[in-house]
Amino acid sequence: MNAAAPARRWDWRDFAPAATGLGSLIAFFLVVEFLIRTDVISRFIVPPPSEIIENFGRVIVEENVFQRFLLTLSECLTTGAMITVFGIAGGVLMHRYRLLQQAIETWVAALAAAPIVLAYPLFMVIFGRSAWTIIMIGFVAALPPVVLKTLEGLTGTRKVLVNVGKSFNLTESQQFWKILFPAALPTIFVGVRLGLIFALINIVGVEFLINYGGLGQLINDLAERYDLPGTYAAICFVILVSVVFFMSLEKVERWLRPVD
Amino acid sequence: MAETGRLRQAAAAAPLLSPVTLLRIAIVLGVAALWEFLAHSGWLYRDVVPSLMRIGAALIDLLSHGSYYFNLGVTAGEIGAALLIGGLSGLAVGLLLGANRFLSKAFEAYLYYLGPTPKIIFFPIMIMWFGVGSGSKIALGTLSCFFPVALSAAAGMRQIDKVLIRVGRSFRASTMQMVWKIYLPAMRHPIINGVRLGLGMALIGTLLAETKLSNKGIGFLIIQAYSTFDMPHMYAQLIMLFVLAIAANAAVGRLGGLATIKRK
Repeated sequence: MNAAAPARRWDWRDFAPAATGLGSLIAFFLVVEFLIRTDVISRFIVPPPSEIIENFGRVIVEENVFQRFLLTLSECLTTGAMITVFGIAGGVLMHRYRLLQQAIETWVAALAAAPIVLAYPLFMVIFGRSAWTIIMIGFVAALPPVVLKTLEGLTGTRKVLVNVGKSFNLTESQQFWKILFPAALPTIFVGVRLGLIFALINIVGVEFLINYGGLGQLINDLAERYDLPGTYAAICFVILVSVVFFMSLEKVERWLRPVD
Repeated sequence: MAETGRLRQAAAAAPLLSPVTLLRIAIVLGVAALWEFLAHSGWLYRDVVPSLMRIGAALIDLLSHGSYYFNLGVTAGEIGAALLIGGLSGLAVGLLLGANRFLSKAFEAYLYYLGPTPKIIFFPIMIMWFGVGSGSKIALGTLSCFFPVALSAAAGMRQIDKVLIRVGRSFRASTMQMVWKIYLPAMRHPIINGVRLGLGMALIGTLLAETKLSNKGIGFLIIQAYSTFDMPHMYAQLIMLFVLAIAANAAVGRLGGLATIKRK
């Protein structure tokens, strides 16, 4: 019945929106380049895009971007490991003890919406101007989504799965490891993904603010030296890294999601 | 009647404080006791964890000074301006992307991926463009606020009931009439949610910029207390800031609640 469906032909309309988006971006940069070269925009405020592209190589080589990237990545991964362990443990505890859940769930949700990063001077006093300040701010800011999503995943486990476990007379521990946890895993990963995004935002932001660490500090350094093309190139680089990071997390999440 | 009697009985039998409230009180008291213990233990550097009494005294001192309200006004003005500019431009872009599938496919991915990037890194650029005064703080707040509002408005626009749009078209409503009479009323929930997120982002963006470089505003007061190692005042500033942030968030949320009641 279904056989011999003709292969779909290449249609330019499939690519038209993406081409328009990319084309508009390139056109925008060309207009900016033109306005700077004709002195409508001062090059001491906005360097020409071509100069920013030229400076990419210099910034990468001279400013040890690779080492800085690894430092920021290691801070992110440390935070990621911490939020995974403590966040999942917190969510499991709240699921296990309903009274605890009723008492603190709204507090955790409020913490998720609180502007934690603004307390960075407090973290500096406690942990000093060190990587731990950066990691701990990332940890506190990124923990609530993991706790809440773990709780949501465990609570939302389909009743039929829980009943299957009961009918097999599973112990509480078996019920958790064989039924609840695997069923909640995709939702838990949504929490970990959100947490990692929060962590990256806070980590790079605090690196910039306290002038310590990896990629955030690079931008601060270059701006303080008034290296304009370098500053713009570093900002573009950080945006690129963030976007690749978010895209990879999305891919992993899609891979983990069960097929309905 | 029997139902009412049962309810009355249940109410009479209920304890004065529910177990949840008791647990909450126990947690708060436990944290306070731990805090006081740390403050007096000498395990940490002096004043890193000041006693609750000293923080309370600093809070009263803070609230009794006129300069605090001046700085609060400066920050509130900057956040308000950022929310207004970022919110309106985000709304306009969101409506445009939500209404046009082609534009959405062409540009929304850029907004989606740029949205969660750390905005504070744009601060050096904002200083060059808008100077070291309030302009750069407003600009950073605007940039932070724009993305959640735009993405929320675009998503809200796509969820509008098609029947409503067809009703507007069958009445030959102009584009402006469609926006004011159909689109905006039908999507006030996503818009209010977007504004809520945008407010949080504008607050963070503006205050972080103030802590980095400024001579007035709440961010400046916090970093000044840090620089002079006036820990009780820094804690007092942070407590006030969190209380105000939560209150502002709740106020916008209440606006969303009112909209729900009106719709019903």
